[in-house]
Amino acid sequence: MSLILFAEQALNGLQFGLMLFLLAAGLTLVFGIMDMINLAHGSLYMVGAFMAASLVKTTGSFWLGALLAVPATALLGVLLEVSVLRTLYARDHLSQVLATFALILIINELTRIAWGSDATLAMPASLAGPVELLPGLYYPAYRLLIIGVGAAVALLLFLLVTRTRVGMWVRAGASNREMALAMGVNIKVLFTLVFGVGTALCAVAGALLGPMLAVQVGMGENILILSFVVIVIGGIGSIRGALVGALVVGVADTFGRALLPLLFGLVLPPQFASAAGLALASVMIYLIMALVLFYRPQGLFPARG
Amino acid sequence: MRSALVALLVLALLPLALSAMDQGFYVGFASRVLIYAIAATSLNLVLGYGGMVSFGHAAFVGTGAYVSSIALAEGLTSAWVGWPLAVMASALLAWGIGAVSLRTRGVYFIMITLAFAQMMFYLVNSMKAYGGDEGLTLPHRAELGLGLELGNDLVFYYVVLLVLALTLGGLHRLANSRFGRVVAAIRENEPRAEAIGYPVHRFRLACFVIAGAFGGLAGVLLASHGKYVNPGALHWLQSGTLMVMVVLGGVGRLWGGVVGAAALLGLEHLVADYPVGWLVQIAPNYQQHANLGVGVVLLVIVLFAPRGIVGLVTRTRNART
Amino acid sequence: MLELERLSKHFGGVLASDGVTLAVAQGQVHALIGPNGAGKTTLIGQIVGRLKPDAGRIRFLGRDITHLPQHERVHAGLACSHQITSLFASFTVLDSLALAVQARSGSSFSFWRPVGTEMALVDQARGLAHEIGLHERLDTPAAALAHGEQRVLEVGLALATNPKFLLLDEPMAGMGPEEAERLMVLLEGLRARVTMLLVEHDMDAVFRLADRVSVLVGGRIIASGAPHEVRQDPAVTVAYLGDERAAADR
Repeated sequence: MSLILFAEQALNGLQFGLMLFLLAAGLTLVFGIMDMINLAHGSLYMVGAFMAASLVKTTGSFWLGALLAVPATALLGVLLEVSVLRTLYARDHLSQVLATFALILIINELTRIAWGSDATLAMPASLAGPVELLPGLYYPAYRLLIIGVGAAVALLLFLLVTRTRVGMWVRAGASNREMALAMGVNIKVLFTLVFGVGTALCAVAGALLGPMLAVQVGMGENILILSFVVIVIGGIGSIRGALVGALVVGVADTFGRALLPLLFGLVLPPQFASAAGLALASVMIYLIMALVLFYRPQGLFPARG
Repeated sequence: MRSALVALLVLALLPLALSAMDQGFYVGFASRVLIYAIAATSLNLVLGYGGMVSFGHAAFVGTGAYVSSIALAEGLTSAWVGWPLAVMASALLAWGIGAVSLRTRGVYFIMITLAFAQMMFYLVNSMKAYGGDEGLTLPHRAELGLGLELGNDLVFYYVVLLVLALTLGGLHRLANSRFGRVVAAIRENEPRAEAIGYPVHRFRLACFVIAGAFGGLAGVLLASHGKYVNPGALHWLQSGTLMVMVVLGGVGRLWGGVVGAAALLGLEHLVADYPVGWLVQIAPNYQQHANLGVGVVLLVIVLFAPRGIVGLVTRTRNART
Repeated sequence: MLELERLSKHFGGVLASDGVTLAVAQGQVHALIGPNGAGKTTLIGQIVGRLKPDAGRIRFLGRDITHLPQHERVHAGLACSHQITSLFASFTVLDSLALAVQARSGSSFSFWRPVGTEMALVDQARGLAHEIGLHERLDTPAAALAHGEQRVLEVGLALATNPKFLLLDEPMAGMGPEEAERLMVLLEGLRARVTMLLVEHDMDAVFRLADRVSVLVGGRIIASGAPHEVRQDPAVTVAYLGDERAAADR
C-alpha cells in the first residue's frame, strides 16, 4: 500500500473516529451519570441532520443552517428529557430499553411525517473540492472541515469537563452519583444539562455528516450500535475513554475495510479473498470489542473504579 | 394446567374453523404468529425467568433460519438433519456470545448483546454466496418423512403447533425444576445465590444457551414458513420486536410470549389491512405510519402497565376473588 | 479449623484489614467484637470469598482457600449469614430453605423433575424450619416476614448448606429480647456440630456463647483470649471508650 493511500485511510479513520466521538461522548455521560440506557440517542442525531437540511434550505446558507440546527435540536432533546426521560431514571434497565426503543419508533415516524423519508443536505460549494495537503496527496476539503470541527469540539469538551466547575460536577456524578448528590450537586439541572449537551453534539455530527452520508430515516440506528461499541471499549462515563474508543473504532474499521481484502488476496484466490476480507472487515470492531471485554470488562478507562 | 390444554385445543381446532369460515388462507398467518410465539417464549426464558436483558436474541433466531436454509440449499433435504444442525448452531453461538457477555452487567450487558447480534447481521449480510443483503429463497420446505408433507400449509401449521406445545411444556417443567429455581433465585438476589453455593455464571450461561437453542428452532420454522430468509432476521430491530412481544404479553409469565406475539402481529395486521373510516379522514395515509402507534402503545405500557397483558388479566382476576 | 494469616485489604485510601491474623479451633465459638467501622464485615467478606484480600492467606481445614471462589467455599463447608438481611424476596420460607439445601445435595442442572416432588429436599427444609422456629411460616414469602423472622431465616439459609463452619455477622441485629433469646438458644444448640465465628455487639450474647473473643479495632486485632480476660484488658476498654468519647465530642 502506497504512502499516499495510507495517509488517506488514516485521515478517513481520524474523521470517522472524531464523528463517532461526538456521538459517544454524550451517550457515555448519560450512561455514566444517569445510569440510563438511551437507545433514542441515534434518533437525535438523525433529527439533527434533518433539521440542518431544512434550515439550510430555508436560510440558503450551509453555515447558518448547520449552526442553527444545533440549538434547535438541543432544545428538542431537552424537551424530551424533561417530559419522558426523566421518569425513566429511576426505572430498571429493561424499562429504559423498551421505552427508548418506543421513542425510536415514534421519532422515526414523526420525522417521516414532518420531512419525509429522506432529505438532501448539500455540501457547501466552497468545500466541494480537494485540497493538496502534500505533493501528490489530495484530500477532500469537506472531510478536513469535519476533522477540524471534530477536534475543536473534542478540545472544547475536554476543557469544559476538566477546567470548569460544571465539568467537575459531571465527573463527580459519573464516578459516584450518590456522593455527588451528597455534596449538593443539583442533580435535576445537571442531568438536563448533560442531556442537552449530548444532543447538541449529536446535532453537530448529524449536520456535518449529512452532506456525505444519506440523510434518511433509520440513519440513527446504524451509528448507535457503533457508539455502543465505542463506549464499551472506552469505558462508561469517561470522555477520555470515548475519545480513545472512537479513534480505535474509526481507524480500525477504516483500515480493516481497506486492507483486509488485500491481505487475504496474498494467501487466498481472488474470489474468496474479497468475500473473506469483506466479512472479516465488517465484524472486526466487534472482535476488538470482545477482546477488550475479555481482559477488561469495564472498558479501558472506566469512570468508576 | 387445564386452561393450558383448553388453549392448545382451541389452537388445534383453529384451522378447521378457519376453513369452515372460508378463511383458509389465514392458516399461514396463524403459523407465523405461532412461530413468533416460540421465538418470544425463548426470549422470555432469558429475559423474564433469567432476568437477563438480552438485546441480541434475533441473532439466534436468524442463525437458526440461515443454517437450516443453507443446509437445504446445499442439498440436505431432510429436516431431521438440517433442523437439529441449525438448533445446535444457534446454541453454539449463544454459548460463545454468552461466555463473553455474561461477564458484564447492567448497561454493558445490554449493549454488548446488541453489538454482537449486529455483528452477526453484518457477517450474514456479507455472505454473497447465500444471497447477501437480498437473502436466500428456497424452492421448497425440508422433508420430514413419516408420510407428512411439510409443503402442505395445514401440516406445517400442526408441526409448528406441536413445537410450540413442547416449548411451553418444556418451559413449564424447567421453571419448576432445580435449574429453574436456581435461575429464579439468581434473578432475585444474585449475591445471595452465590453465597449459598451456586456458581452463578454457569447457570446464567446455561439459561442463555437453552434460550438461544429454542430461538434457533423458531428461526428454522420461520425460514421454512416463508421459504425465504434475509439478514433482516438478525437485525436488532427484530430483537426489539421480540422484546416488545414479551413485555406486551407478560415478562416471566408462561404464556407471555404467545399472548404478546398474537397481540402485536394481530394489531399490525388489523392496522395494515383494515382502514378505519374516521382515521382515514384525519390522516389519509395513517396506515403507513403504524409504527407510530406501536411506539406510543409500547411507551404507555412501559410507563403505566409494566406487567403486560397477562399481568393485567391476572391482577383483575385476583382482585375479583 | 480456620486460620487467617496477615490478611490485608484496603478500599482506596482506607485500610479496612491490616495484617489480621486469627485462628479458630474446631468446635469453638469465637466472637469478634469491635467498634463500628473496625472492619468486621470486610473481614467476614474476605473469609467467605465475597471480597478479595490484597495480601495474606486464608486456610480452612488445612487447605489454602485464599483464591477459591465463593460458591466453592460453601461446598468446602463454609457458610455465612449477613449483617444486612439478604433473602430471596418472593421465595417462601420453605422454598428458600429447600433452595439452600439443594445447593449441596446433588447437581442442580436438572431440568425436568419438579423440585416439589423431591421429598428428601422438602423434608430436610421442613426440619430446618422447625429447628429455627419458622415452621408456622412455611408458605410465607420472605419479603412478608417480620424483621426478626427474616434475621432467623438469614441464619437458616446458612445452616441449610450443612456447614462445618458458620460465620454470623450480627445475627441478632434489630431483634427484640425474646427473639434474640430464641436465636441464642438455637446457636447454643449448634455448638456441638458447627464451629462458629460470631460478630456481635450484644455483649450478653458474646459472653454467653463465646469460648474465645478477639477484638478488632481499625482493621487490627488488638486483643484475643478468653472472654473474661478480654473484658478486663485495658487496651480494649480504651478502644471502646475512646470511640464513645470521640462520638460524644462530635
